[in-house]
Amino acid sequence: MSDNLDLKKGLNIPIEGAPAREVVATVVPDTVAIKPTDFKGFVPRLLVKEGDAVLAGSPVMADKQRPGILLTSPVSGTVQQVLRGEKRKLLAVVVKASDKQEYVNFGAKAPQSADETKDLLLKSGLWGAVIERPYGVMASLETAPKAIFISSFSTAPLAADTDFTLADSLQDIQAGVNALAKIAPVHMSVRKDVYSSTIFHKVENVVEHVVSGPHPAGNVGIQISHISPIMKGETVWTISPVLLAAFGKLINTGKLDLTRKVAITGPAAQKPAYITALPGTPVKDLVKVQGDVRIIGGDVLTGENLGQEGFLGFFEDQVTLLPEGREREWFGWAKPFRPKVHSSSWCYFSWLTPSKKYKMDTNLHGGPRAFVETKCFEDVTPMEIFPIYLIKACLAGDIEKMEKFGIYEVLPEDLALCDYVDPSKNEIQAIIQKGIDLMIKEMA
Amino acid sequence: MAENTKPGLFEKGGKLYWLHSTIDAFDTFLRVPGTVTAKGAHVRDGIDLKRVMIMVVIALVPAALFGMYNVGLQTSTLYGLDWGFWHMFWYGLLRMLPLFVVSYAVGLIIEFASSQIRGEEVNEGYLVTGFLIPLIVPVDVPLWMLALAVAFSVIFVKEVFGGTGMNIWNPALVARAFLFFSYPSSMSGSDVWVSKTWVGALKDVDAISAATPLAIAHDGAYDAATGAVGQYSFMDMFWGFIPGSTGETSVVAILIGALILVWTGVASWKIMVSSVAGGLLVGWLGQLAGATALPCWYQLVMGGFLFGSVFMATDPVTAAQTETGKWIYGFLIGALAVVVRLWNPGYMEGMMLAILLMNTFAPLIDHCVVTAKVNRRAKKALNA
Repeated sequence: MSDNLDLKKGLNIPIEGAPAREVVATVVPDTVAIKPTDFKGFVPRLLVKEGDAVLAGSPVMADKQRPGILLTSPVSGTVQQVLRGEKRKLLAVVVKASDKQEYVNFGAKAPQSADETKDLLLKSGLWGAVIERPYGVMASLETAPKAIFISSFSTAPLAADTDFTLADSLQDIQAGVNALAKIAPVHMSVRKDVYSSTIFHKVENVVEHVVSGPHPAGNVGIQISHISPIMKGETVWTISPVLLAAFGKLINTGKLDLTRKVAITGPAAQKPAYITALPGTPVKDLVKVQGDVRIIGGDVLTGENLGQEGFLGFFEDQVTLLPEGREREWFGWAKPFRPKVHSSSWCYFSWLTPSKKYKMDTNLHGGPRAFVETKCFEDVTPMEIFPIYLIKACLAGDIEKMEKFGIYEVLPEDLALCDYVDPSKNEIQAIIQKGIDLMIKEMA
Repeated sequence: MAENTKPGLFEKGGKLYWLHSTIDAFDTFLRVPGTVTAKGAHVRDGIDLKRVMIMVVIALVPAALFGMYNVGLQTSTLYGLDWGFWHMFWYGLLRMLPLFVVSYAVGLIIEFASSQIRGEEVNEGYLVTGFLIPLIVPVDVPLWMLALAVAFSVIFVKEVFGGTGMNIWNPALVARAFLFFSYPSSMSGSDVWVSKTWVGALKDVDAISAATPLAIAHDGAYDAATGAVGQYSFMDMFWGFIPGSTGETSVVAILIGALILVWTGVASWKIMVSSVAGGLLVGWLGQLAGATALPCWYQLVMGGFLFGSVFMATDPVTAAQTETGKWIYGFLIGALAVVVRLWNPGYMEGMMLAILLMNTFAPLIDHCVVTAKVNRRAKKALNA
């Protein structure tokens, strides 16, 4: 069974540095970090101390309120360091990898019931891979989701192409889907333009949706809002295809193996291509950068600034290298032509060169202002909501209005393009996140 | 230049830090700020409000240039002077220049001072407002009146609400309304629409009246056989060779501006189209009902109807925000403006008040549109 979802609104940001479809290196890291900050709603309690030996799949942290929820080590080795930030906030547990990798054996057996699936997710540390909506937090133990949604592809700028990275993972994905289907019906979206060639349309036991359109058509939140909008009191779960494959591999082999193909992308990348790496790998082992370059874990719209000393995140299968844009352009806004700057607005002439890719940087291209032009938000938000009303409700902290205007259906990533297009340079994603945090606090 | 003024003195902690809004305004006017993204999306579109606002000013330029020529033309015609094209244009330019200077000087001083008080960057919104105001007032308006109107409108309509983006009414129109209600003798009637300040004094002629086509039509002087209103033919009105506010007379010049605004996406074509539709419909009904002999399309070429529809009603801050709301908002503006024109014994132009009234109701229109959609969607989800 399948249905079509053709989205028109949105924007593909024409940025330079798309990855070539080849794996150019395999990174075997010396150390790997487990970052509790990757997981929203997770309050860490340390289970190991420096010097402890761990296997790939051994728990290193548990949730304070929900002790069943574990974070596990992706490698075997010894705990080298516990990194803490301000107020002793736990930032990461760094494990020094041993030469020979040893794995916890979870048993290569397909779960036969919802409880067995949940149990395996919890034990292996993959519970954190499941994201619960509304609010985009780590799934809670008690809720029964009405459905589980998987977007098999990403439309984000320069995103890793799952058709390439997961081309050999059909069996793992199928095993993962079968297990999750014990909990709730699984919906999977498939890209229309590669429908006949992609492995994802061969996946069984799912409700299939064929999706086309510019970014954010690949965002699972956008798809959910068209397939089965989240109303008050409902919850759905989502999981990324990369982590779904890891879960399937766990079922098929009994081992926790989070190895994935990571796309190294962006205008500052020497040779944009894929490498094989583990989450938690130090940035220094992944990329070499020269000059004033920002290292982003994820894509340019929603990614996290990892910094030179950071570690690849649990969810990330992309690193974007973006030059910092501290240079000041004379009469930028007044020039008739600015060939180096992209604008989706027709006030500039980027529309003359629709296939041109731009060497973008981090410059804000303006100063913060009050909202003036707001139609641009609707043009990049393919949902049946009024973005500006939701944004204003979040700013005002008005719970009732946030509910009415669709706070249950969005995560900041779904409105990330609003950040990009806004001539008033407001931080839309931050505003939405603030609204969501308020909802979590008030609704608890 | 800007490099020397930026560091030290005007930086946080510097002696003249309190002036930073003003310095930043000039600095960022010359060079794009070097600010990099701190949170949210790491890359941003090249567009900013300066660019948006300058697009509106560019769109206004054809109307302004034609208006200057027309100021000279009307004076030359009224007094029977034999001026050439450039003479007319220069006369108009020199007559308009003080209006622009006063409008920008007064407005920008208040704008800078307010930004300074709020500690924010200076907003570009006044670039447009300051250009619009001279185009919608009589060219002979005393400069002190203009200064007063600008001050009133910028302070009480914009700054008290929090500056550009926060205002409810279009500031340029409120400046005009302020003049209209405070100094009606300088703002209406048949004597104000042609410049005679300099020529009149030189030639020592008694005031000659030069009524606008709108006023002539109001008195019923429409010739159905030739299609002329008084001495003005339809084509005169279309090209703009008629008395009126500087910017409003030429349909052609305004349409060029409309094209720029619609093409760049700065203004909503939905508002323009629906406003014209509303005006035509009521104009047609009025003709059927016998309120006027004029065919409905005359409503578009006379007075400030088109200028208001294109440049004033579409102000993104004061207009309706929802797409459905824009249709309703624009339609009601056009319809109301013509209702005032046709069924009002005293005052023959309704555009200004129609827009200001609909500015007031725009949030209500949006509220209804949004609520209806939210309810419809909730119902659909329940049934699904």
